[in-house]
Amino acid sequence: MSLTLLNVIVAVFIAIAFAALNAAYLVWAERRGAARIQRRPGPNINGPFGLFQPPLDGVKLMAKQLLIPGDVDKILFMVAPVLAMAPAITSFVTIPFSSHIVGHNMHIGILLVFAFASMGGMALLLAGWSSRNKYSVMSSVRAVSQAIAYEIPMLITAITIVMITGTTDLMGIVKAQTGGFWHWNIFPFKAGLFNPLMLMSFLIFFICSLAETNRAPFDLGEAESELVAGFHTEYGSMGFGLFFMGEYANIVIGASLTTILFLGGWDCPFGLFPGVWWFLLKIYLLIATFIWIRWTFPRTTIYGLLNLSWKILIPASLFNLLLTAGLLKVF
Amino acid sequence: MSAPIRIRPDETFTLNVGPQHPATHGVLRVKMEMDGEYIVNAETVIGYIHRMHEKMGELKTYPQFLMNLSRMDYLGALGYSHGHVLLIEKAAGIEVPERAEYIRAITVELNRIASHLFWFGAFVMDLGGFSPLMYALQDREYILDMLEAVTGSRLTYSYYRFGGLYNDVDDDFIAAARRFIPRMRTSMKKYHKLVTGNIIFKKRLEGIAPLSPEIIRKYGATGAVARGSGINFDVRKNEPYSVYPEFDFDIPVFHECDSLARYKVRMAEIEQSLRIIEQGLDKLPGGPIMPEKKKPIKIAPGDYYQAVETARGSFGIRLVSDGGKTPYRLKLRSPTYSNMHLFDESCRGMLIMDALAFMGSLDLVIPEIDR
Amino acid sequence: MIVEKTKRALLNLFPQSDSSLPSAPPEEEGTAKTPKKEPPRPNGLIIRDYSVHGYHLDAQVAPAQLTDAVTILDEAGFFVESITGVDWIKEGQIEVIYDFSRYDFDLCRVVIRTRVPRDKAAVPTITGIYAGANWHERETHDFFGITFEGHPHLIPLLLPEDADFHPLLKDFKA
Repeated sequence: MSLTLLNVIVAVFIAIAFAALNAAYLVWAERRGAARIQRRPGPNINGPFGLFQPPLDGVKLMAKQLLIPGDVDKILFMVAPVLAMAPAITSFVTIPFSSHIVGHNMHIGILLVFAFASMGGMALLLAGWSSRNKYSVMSSVRAVSQAIAYEIPMLITAITIVMITGTTDLMGIVKAQTGGFWHWNIFPFKAGLFNPLMLMSFLIFFICSLAETNRAPFDLGEAESELVAGFHTEYGSMGFGLFFMGEYANIVIGASLTTILFLGGWDCPFGLFPGVWWFLLKIYLLIATFIWIRWTFPRTTIYGLLNLSWKILIPASLFNLLLTAGLLKVF
Repeated sequence: MSAPIRIRPDETFTLNVGPQHPATHGVLRVKMEMDGEYIVNAETVIGYIHRMHEKMGELKTYPQFLMNLSRMDYLGALGYSHGHVLLIEKAAGIEVPERAEYIRAITVELNRIASHLFWFGAFVMDLGGFSPLMYALQDREYILDMLEAVTGSRLTYSYYRFGGLYNDVDDDFIAAARRFIPRMRTSMKKYHKLVTGNIIFKKRLEGIAPLSPEIIRKYGATGAVARGSGINFDVRKNEPYSVYPEFDFDIPVFHECDSLARYKVRMAEIEQSLRIIEQGLDKLPGGPIMPEKKKPIKIAPGDYYQAVETARGSFGIRLVSDGGKTPYRLKLRSPTYSNMHLFDESCRGMLIMDALAFMGSLDLVIPEIDR
Repeated sequence: MIVEKTKRALLNLFPQSDSSLPSAPPEEEGTAKTPKKEPPRPNGLIIRDYSVHGYHLDAQVAPAQLTDAVTILDEAGFFVESITGVDWIKEGQIEVIYDFSRYDFDLCRVVIRTRVPRDKAAVPTITGIYAGANWHERETHDFFGITFEGHPHLIPLLLPEDADFHPLLKDFKA
């Protein structure tokens, strides 16, 4: 028991380090990627390829004064950024990076990740509400309606996967996909199940993870051309920094979940050398897609966003759930 | 926009959009009465950078006022200068050499493209797409370099003089302009691929903020705002001035009346401006760029009016002269002033994000509204 | 021709001069005259040389006739370009100038002007006819202190909200 606890504590520390490092260097990657898309150099002064930029930014953010506006609800205002960061880090503990590298594998891993993901929406709500800023309140209301709208299709899709693999254990889900890319859940010709809609399910899940992490084109919570900076309008220094890190940590979680549920986790496409490198390669490819989408697409509207979820994604994912159930019965 | 709009007047709150807000592109303030995300009522407050150009016009002599015009609209400055010099030349009876008029038309059209490019980038950025701005600025940079070489400045040009120009164009400029035309046409194809065809972009603009021709007329809106509502009005064609009758170009008009139509008008205008530049370069006559003999400017008492088509619409300038060295009264009619005015009435019942997209489609330059 | 039609319509406002309209301004432009005291221009319609002045019809009306004149133009499909004032301090009058133009290719620019005494500068508003006159009138009120009677929201537009000065008056001292 105590060994498990120690294990978890060490895992949390590693997760914090991993999340922080990822957040820092994903910002760098995002800025360099955006710069590449926009035909400009991006941050390239500090260190080789500007690689020292993220730690310097971190130092700058930490050295800044922590300003709390006079009228805010102080306690909630302080809690919100922590709440944005903490669940994301906790989720890392259950994510299996390879068959050995996992903080603490749990048989309800997938549920845990979703439970913590939902708390992210609450952080945005608290931040917006406690800021006492109309733009922030509007933004947090948007964020919550968005979170509700996109958690449903995401969960339904996850249930589909759980039905196929027969387990809620993230490691078990990956193990069910081992042995070449044709065993991955994304492909319709997975052995024993010929569901032609799995690619659609993957897309639904991917779109939902974009929306859940408030990424463009679904970044209505921030929507800087309308709501100034949305829920973090009133935040500066490390309060803002935590939101930022939380956002990138969530992106990594989203990409990891997509990889685990659909892309076979740490499994190699050809069954060769399975390991953590395959996992990292897959999630960073997905994250690169996230970045690519953000710098290419304009933002949707709030009604476009909600219509997409309630009118298209939820019925489609429900249909696929039923179809999968039927197919499982048949085969 | 399928959501039914249900306004509860007793549960509204006031939202101050601006004077410092990313969507207003300057110090413009809109006091919005909101019901959730729906706008119940809006009142635009302008004047934050009012500089009283009209008073300066009364205090400065005619040549001294030349540089004020380029400070009105920093994105399409040459169009405004053009209107001013045309007015004074008409009132004082100054003959302009043909070469000067051609160069004016070429540079005005280049400036119009630069202005539209900036608008294009900023508009897509209003909608949340960042990258097109960078592409547009890169093309705009090319124009600014060209104009810098002949006018001496990159943004607030004072290039035109009464009777001609400050500086003749050289072969480098002509070569650069000729290189620019195919480059810009390629870029336009890219923009259409990247932005115009984008499904999110279309969904955000189609059917949003319809402006009926009647509301356009009641507010006196001009430029792409009027042409996006099916009104075939362009001062270059309706009231030809300078050498525009010599050019073969079309006025793009779209009848959808929505934000997308206004976008399409401006994008099509870039291509028409390229045509004008191309013909201008072909037809560019030789000769002087200023009259040989400079006369002092003497304007008989009376009223004089000149309208020109700038990047934003019909810019009018009214001079009331009493025969003195300075104008007795100089009125500047800026197009965005009228275009912005209809925002208050038209944005009622809209979602705030649609309203801000609508505001972006009006192509606002705040110093030009406030003068 | 819309110029003819509008001219006829506007002439109805001046019943005394419908037969003998002054077809050209009495003084010739361009000839530099010694500045002498001229009486203010009487109300009436003047046809201007477009190539010199940039507009076709120039109607000076009494303030009471203003809404009638503007209604004529509204019905004929004109749009309001701008509204402004001129301070004729020597004559003790302020002139309000309304510019109208058309969207179609039947080019016709009309100027409606009206003169009011400087100390009691008030004209009726035309916001009821042209909603777009709202800002123009507010701006003219800012700059000249002209009251537009019936204007729904006559507060400073371009000047600060507490401005009690009118900078374009000729006796304005900063």
